[in-house]
Formats: sequence, structure tokens, C-alpha cells
Amino acid sequence: MSKLIKISKGLDIHLIGEAKKEIKDCITPSFVALKPLDYIGVTPKLLVDVGDKVEIGSSVFYAKEKQNIKFVSPVSGEVTEIRRGAKRVIQEIVIKNDGNNSAKDFGKVSLAELSREDLKSKMLESGLWTLLRQRPYDVIPSEDSLPKYIIVRGFDSAPLSPDYNYILNGEKAALQLGIDVLKKLTEKTIYLSINPGTSCEDILSLQNTEKICFKGKHPYGNVSVQAEKISPINKGERIWYINITDLLTIGKFFLEGRFCPTKVVALTGEEVKNPCYYRIVRGTSLEEIFKGNVTEGKHLRYISGNVLTGTRVEENGFICANDNQITVIEEGDYKEGLGWMMPGFKKFSVSHTFPRGFFARCSKKPFSIDSNLHGSQRAYVFTGEFEKVLPMDIYPMQLIKACLSKDIDRMEELGIYEVDAEDFALCEVIDVSKTEIQTIIRNGLELMRKELGE
Amino acid sequence: MNFVEKFFDKQRPKVQKGEKFHWLASTFEAFESFSFVSDKTAGKKGAHFRDAIDMKRAMIVVVIALIPALLFGMYNVGHQHFLSHGECAGFWTTFFLGFWHVLPMIVVSYVVGLAIEFAFAQIRNEEVNEGYLVSGLIIPMICPPDIPLWQLALAVAFAVIIGKEVFGGTGMNFMNPALVARAFLFFSYPSRMSGDKVWIFEKGDAVTGATPLGELAVGQNVSAGICDMFTGLIPGCVGETSFIAIMIGAFILLVSNIASWRTMLSIFVGGAVMGLIFNCVGANDYMNIPFWQHFLMGGFAFGAVFMATDPVTSSHTNTGKYIYGFLIGVMAVLIRVLNPAYPEGMMLAILLLNVFAPLIDYYVVDANIRRRKKRLKMATNTK
Repeated sequence: MSKLIKISKGLDIHLIGEAKKEIKDCITPSFVALKPLDYIGVTPKLLVDVGDKVEIGSSVFYAKEKQNIKFVSPVSGEVTEIRRGAKRVIQEIVIKNDGNNSAKDFGKVSLAELSREDLKSKMLESGLWTLLRQRPYDVIPSEDSLPKYIIVRGFDSAPLSPDYNYILNGEKAALQLGIDVLKKLTEKTIYLSINPGTSCEDILSLQNTEKICFKGKHPYGNVSVQAEKISPINKGERIWYINITDLLTIGKFFLEGRFCPTKVVALTGEEVKNPCYYRIVRGTSLEEIFKGNVTEGKHLRYISGNVLTGTRVEENGFICANDNQITVIEEGDYKEGLGWMMPGFKKFSVSHTFPRGFFARCSKKPFSIDSNLHGSQRAYVFTGEFEKVLPMDIYPMQLIKACLSKDIDRMEELGIYEVDAEDFALCEVIDVSKTEIQTIIRNGLELMRKELGE
Repeated sequence: MNFVEKFFDKQRPKVQKGEKFHWLASTFEAFESFSFVSDKTAGKKGAHFRDAIDMKRAMIVVVIALIPALLFGMYNVGHQHFLSHGECAGFWTTFFLGFWHVLPMIVVSYVVGLAIEFAFAQIRNEEVNEGYLVSGLIIPMICPPDIPLWQLALAVAFAVIIGKEVFGGTGMNFMNPALVARAFLFFSYPSRMSGDKVWIFEKGDAVTGATPLGELAVGQNVSAGICDMFTGLIPGCVGETSFIAIMIGAFILLVSNIASWRTMLSIFVGGAVMGLIFNCVGANDYMNIPFWQHFLMGGFAFGAVFMATDPVTSSHTNTGKYIYGFLIGVMAVLIRVLNPAYPEGMMLAILLLNVFAPLIDYYVVDANIRRRKKRLKMATNTK
């Protein structure tokens, strides 16, 4: 029986466009891209050049700061372009898929035969290490560090998030192997977070983990919230976490001896004609998925990830490294005459000044949203609202202001190590002052990381 | 709305930097965003949608909540005028007398206040903040009806500049601008702001015209009945007299979640506790009045509902709000009963606690910080 932790604060936002339980294959994209900017604190050093041939699992670049951590190609083919942005920062490394699926063989060995050092070097070389994340700072952990404990994120609570019960069904062997790998690697406690909706036996029957059942509302699926309830992160401590879908990739690698480049993602959102699940290759071009499958005649916003924390991509862009979801909503670039004064019967709001917010308890009808800000930026006026959607022992407004004033000591005192930008997504949504809170927190975290090190 | 949009589109180039009318850029933006919610969209990374509420929506709810007290205040201005002359007039005549008397006060308050706000926004190259929509209406409501308009204009200018803009504008001020205006009047024109004459517009000589608090302060018995104090048919500031109209406003603010119930509730609790303590002491007649009557008199209810709940100047933490509100209630009754120089304690109590709110927050947040440090210490020790 797993331990139950109830979380009362938070907010579930029901949106139109949930993915249907159907998996379509989209595993031979023409192009894929690796985006170094998806990884915080990574300065890429290229190992390939335009025209070079790569295969699945070949190293494409490494991190300047942590040279042993390799980032690998998810397809076999040819590097066609290296896209750079301002100050020649590498944005995307585009690889043309030749469709052969030839993969680098890392050798199939039993886990028991591997020493911890061998296991670590195998993970670093094969790109698996890049699937691990460390808190604080949400960076890839350094190879020499050891965490206090590991959280395997077993459910996602964001709006329209994929149902892991569905996409992980039948994957027990690989998942178990993934857990065993982490256990051998760190010899620390591995917590598997589940929620009352977790029904998949393949997840529930995993051994070697301590299962903790979280009950509540979003952001109860976020690692920070879970970590605070398990054992808060103090100054100088590190924890690791991994999404259970990435754990599957680790498990499959050790089952097959080669890097498994595919994963299942949910295509969601109101503007998707047929929202369902897709089996894709990591870093896939999204053009083929969107083609003929999104509303025509509207200006749309394509998001890699969910509507709370995702990244806007172009229609012909590429999925970001860590995302299990793609969302398409309407772009809200319209003006609305006296919009702030109108009743706004259909508008999304949790505030009681709009009908849908006022009657929120009575109606669970999903919302239709767009990307309009519904106002412009102001100084912070209202207080006590952020606390309602952040189920942590943190003073959000004070922490945001500490980040804005770049006061490192204050940030530390107020618990910056325990949080990440994603935890403030709901604050950003409900903010009357329309500020970019996630960016503010991220900048605060980056300042801490640069000043104090990881 | 199409032609309005075209009008704004046509004027926009003229207020760009370097153009002739750039000095009107903030004003232009204020009027444009008043007419149209902008087409700005969410950034590349982060939340891709936002709640429909913005500062204008929130502020307009407060304005709506003020309207019952304002309308009643207008009627009461007329009513007290006729009453003091011993005349009897119809409802609409009474109301319009008050309306035409109060309207210039509101106009002066908005024109002076907004002009300063627009000018500061322009100097700072910022957008005009909506905060003054509320302050601008509250200021005439907490003034006596007989105040000269030039004094009101001066008070507004002082409140907006010294009470708010020097600290960085709405959201940065530490004292409620409306109360700064009231305090400015109170201390700058004491002869004008005290006495009995001021509370009734063009008072007749037949009645004294003292407010219930004024009577209590000089040791008289309250001439007004409980029922009149409850409905608000007593002399006093424009918007402060009617308990029932203020409670309608409180209801609107609480169901719309705009004002903090924590602050509001704890002010009444604080007032009640202090009132009860005085009831127990019972050294004079003032101490003996039932504690709940304090809520009906003077600006207690108005201050508790509309001014102490100002989120910027009140305590920012939820725990702090309880302490802040409780102390306002206690101080208001304490000043009323024990200090005859200031018949109305609410204004001073709120201003005092506005000053102390950051200190209250400091200790509340410090408790959180100490908890974190203690946890770190324990973790280090176990290692």
C-alpha cells in the first residue's frame, strides 16, 4: 500500500481538446532537430558538422561544462543544418532522416554484470544521462554528484496532459529495468509518485521503489511540490528526478542495447481536429503531425509542451526535448472593445468577477482559451492570490520580488532551492498584473546558479 | 467600435517617440486600453493563456461596490440639508440636490488626480495605472459635504504626489492615498474640518448638525437613533454614513473575491474586542456604549470595507492580514474613546497600521525563513 499525501491548494484547469485513446505512428519524420537550448545550463560543443553522417545513438554535441555528457542523434541520416541565433548561439541542429534506422550498438549486457562506474559511463555515452534532472535549477546532474533521493514522476497534472496509464501499458519490463538502473547508479531511495487515477498495473507493480500517492489539484504533479512533501530540499542538497516516460527509454536501452528514439506524446488542444496520441521520434519535425490536422483559417499558436509551461514553436518547428505533449490553441492577437467591462460569459477566469469563475464550482465544462493576455503589465497590487495556487510553504510574492531585485540572500532565505519556474505557472495565469512570473523565477534561479554553482 | 479603432490607429503615429504629440503618449495609451483590451499575446515560453481579469476589471468591481454608498450619500446630503432647514422635499428633489452637490467633488477629484497620474506615467514612460479609479471616488466620499473644492483639489494633489507617486505609483505606496488626502485636510484645515457646521451642506441654523461621534466626544448623548445610524440618515461624510449601503459594497467585494475577508473580519473583531473591554471598564458614558454601535458610527464600516482592505497598503501575507485588521479595529475604538481631540479614530488607525503593515509582514515572513533555517540546521546535524 502506498503512502497517501493530500494537497488541498491548487487549480485544475479543464480545457477543450483532450487526446483520444488512440496511438498513431509517426516514426519516420523527414527531419529531426536537437535543441541545446532545451537544456538549462548547457553550452553545446558540436561533435558533428553539416554533411556528417550520424546514426541513432551517435553523439551530436556535448556540454562544455560537463564534457562527458553526450547528446545523441535520434535518427540515422545526415546533419543538414546548424541554425544559430543572436551571438551565434546554436538553436537547432537539424538532421535529415534517411529512414534506415541504423543504430549504434552499445552492447547488450545484463545490469548485474555492470559496475556502477561502467553503468555511469554507458549512460553518459548513450545520451541517457541527459534524461535525468536535478533540483534545484532543473539542470542535468553532474556526473560526480549524488542525489539525496530520486523522484520518478509517475503522473502529469498539467492541463490536457497525457495519460501515463495508457501510454505505458505493457511496458513493465522496461520500466522495472529503468528503476533498477537508477537504484544501482545511486543506491538512494527512489520515490515513484502516483495519483489516485494511476490504474496501470505495470506502474503499480514496480518494485524497488517507494510509491507515494498524491491526491489534489495541479501542480501536485510537479516535482517541487512532491519533494516538499517527501523531504524538502535544503541549501546544498540535490535531488534528481525523471519522468516515467524517460525511465522507459533508459529501460529499453538496457533491454535492447541501443538507444530507443521513440516515445508516445499527446497531441491536444482545441484547434486540433483529431486530438490523439502519436508515437514519435525524439526531436521530430511537427509539420507532418500538424498537416491537415489543425483548424484552418485561424491564426494558431503551436506549443511544444502544455499550455502552462510549454514553448511556442513554428508550424514546421520541432518538438522540444523534454515534452510529452503538443498543444495547439488559437493565437489571441485581437483587440476587444471594452472587453474588461463586458460580462464575458465564455471567458476563462478563476476570478469571481467573471461568470465562469464565479460559478466554477457548479460547472466543470471545459474552457476554450487563446493566448491573449487580456490586459497589460502593471505593478503588483493584489495579494494573497498566488498562495491559493502554490501548495508549498513558500511566500510567492516575496520570492518573486526577491528575484526581481536580484537579492541572492533573500531568494535563498525564501526557499528558491525548493522551487522551479513551472511551479509558478498557475500564478502567472491568474496574475492580475500580467507579469511573466515564470521568466522572473527562471532568471532568479539562473542568477543563483551562476553565482553559487550547481 | 470599428471607427473608434480606426481613430486610434490614425492617431498612434503622432504620439510615437520624437513626434509632436509624444507628451501625450501615456494619455493616448490610457484611453486606447480603456476602449480596447490590447492584442498583446503571451510570450514564447511560459503560460500561453491568461485569466480574463485585469486591473481595470478588478478596479471597476470596487467602483461598483462603492456605488450604493455613494448614491445613498448623495441622497443623504440633500436630506440633511432639508432637515436642518426644517423643510420636507420629495425623494428626487432631495436626491438631485445632493447629486449636484457631490458631482463637482467627484469631478474635481478625478480631474486633478488623473491629470497628475497621467503626467507621472508620461515622465516615467509607463502605462497609466488604474488604481486612481478607486481612490478618486473614495476621496470625495470621505470628505464632509461642505468642503470647498479648492481644498479638495489640494488634498488630492498632495495625496497623489506625496502619498503615491513619489514612491513609484500604484502598487509601491505604503499609505492609502485616499486617507492621505483626508489626513491632509484634517491637519491642514482643522478649523474647516472640525465643528458641527461642516457636516451638513448649507446647514440651517435650526439644528446643531453634530455627528454622533462629535456628540460623544464632547460628552453628549447621541441624538440620532440606532435605526438612523444603521440606514445612514445622519450628518457625516458623504459616503460614510450608511451602514447598510456599505455592507452591500462589502458583499460585492467579498463575493467577487477582490477584498480580503481576513482583513475585513478581523477589523470588526478587533473593534468588538476593544469595545467590549471598554464596556467592562465602564469609566464614563462613552465607554459604556454597546460595542457594536461603534460599527455604525463614523467611518468605521467604510474604512474597514473599502480602505483597510486596499491590498497594496495592507499586510501582504494572509497571517499578517489578521493581525493588521485586528489592530486597526482595536486602535480605531481606542482613539475614539480615549482621545477627545480626534473624534474619528478610523482614519488614524488605518494610517498607523499602513505604516506598520510592512513590519507585520516582516515578522510573518521571518517565521517562514526561520523555519527553513531550522530545517537546514537539523539536516546538517543528522549528517
